[in-house]
Amino acid sequence: MPQKLDYLAETPSQTAGPYVHIGLAPGAAGFDIYRQELGWDITGPHAKGERIRVEGIVMDGTGSPVKDVMLEVWQANADGHYAHPEGGGNVEDGFRGWGRVITDFETGEWGFDTVKPGPTVGRGASQQAPHLNLWIVARGINIGLNTRLYFEDEPEANAKDPVLNLIEWERRRATLLAKKTERDDKTVYRFDIKLQGEDETVFFDV
Amino acid sequence: MLKPGEFYQRNRERHPPALTRDYKTSVSRSPQYSLISLQNSVSETTGPVFGHNDLDPMDRDLIYNYAQPGESAIGERIILHGRILDENARPIPNTLVEIWQANAGGRYRHKKDTYLAPIDPNFGGCGRTLTDENGYYYFRTVKPGAYPWRNWVNNWRPAHIHMSIFGTAFCQRLITQCYFEGDPLIPECPIVKTILDPGAIEQLIAKLDMNATIPLDTIAYKFDVILRGRRSTLFENRLEGN
Repeated sequence: MPQKLDYLAETPSQTAGPYVHIGLAPGAAGFDIYRQELGWDITGPHAKGERIRVEGIVMDGTGSPVKDVMLEVWQANADGHYAHPEGGGNVEDGFRGWGRVITDFETGEWGFDTVKPGPTVGRGASQQAPHLNLWIVARGINIGLNTRLYFEDEPEANAKDPVLNLIEWERRRATLLAKKTERDDKTVYRFDIKLQGEDETVFFDV
Repeated sequence: MLKPGEFYQRNRERHPPALTRDYKTSVSRSPQYSLISLQNSVSETTGPVFGHNDLDPMDRDLIYNYAQPGESAIGERIILHGRILDENARPIPNTLVEIWQANAGGRYRHKKDTYLAPIDPNFGGCGRTLTDENGYYYFRTVKPGAYPWRNWVNNWRPAHIHMSIFGTAFCQRLITQCYFEGDPLIPECPIVKTILDPGAIEQLIAKLDMNATIPLDTIAYKFDVILRGRRSTLFENRLEGN
């Protein structure tokens, strides 16, 4: 007798299109509709750890900045815990760990303020180096692109990171390392994303 | 309690590939290298949690959420409703669903949209809600109009509503577009046709739902969304949960 496997299939993705901002960041699109927009405050006021700024630009295959990107971040707190029931432990009151930014329509620059995450539990007995999980959508991107931002000033942790080590091409690993700089006594990590071509950023099928 | 396990691998043959030449913008915005496949870690199996304090009940009513007092948006009044389920057909409760769309004339309230169809002063074009304990959501809005876009000289997007869904894990994150049953522009659209599987396209078409229609008031369309399912981990020698 035939056996039916009654699973459903995931709904297919479509591009977020050019006007993603009106839905997910309406203030940036030039109108005020919600009492509060989501994703502006990643850490809340009580988060422990080093306050950092992360910024960059997304470039297309021609090297031009992509000016209509929306980018989301998902990260652990300074203890390496995610704000989720399965996140590994408690987080500070108000710590969400999730943020959402769009690029400047004129320059293509994006940035957000957060805390540097701690190392998180990896598969098996491994430990993952501190990282931010990023998800990128825009016009021309048919399905959101997942990548990770690691910190260049964590060389020992990065060397042992199970995900970085999955990338067979060692030179490509460098595309996931944010560059540390200082500005006005604040630590700033620069992370430019290249969608295509030379030094193309590594993207993951998660 | 059984520890929840990993998510089913995404079937990228049903999703659109990155490079789809007839949708021209994808040509320079598609990675050339293969994606690196990751088995789930806590970074992928967790995701943001939202609550009722994050939004207002009115946020789901696009006919009124940007209208002046006593006014309402112009257009065909519709209810868009359905369930958010996973591939195991389990409801996903308390998950954030966000939508955005053009007005009845096909014009977006966005400074970059210069289409000559006018803005509706009483229509913003975005809404959001949380699913209930059964994974059910609904919005009230007006049916969006088709609009032209610069791809080929004469391309028109079918009427569509953009939808963003979170699920319970960052690896379930999905943005898609909902089309409307019977729209003859659907098979003409290069963005729709980035999806190669006809059955997958069919999954993006909301169906007229007369049973949910409010007589003499608002017509209804049903649109269910499926997010990735999750295996249960093996517990001793029993297979559970699936």
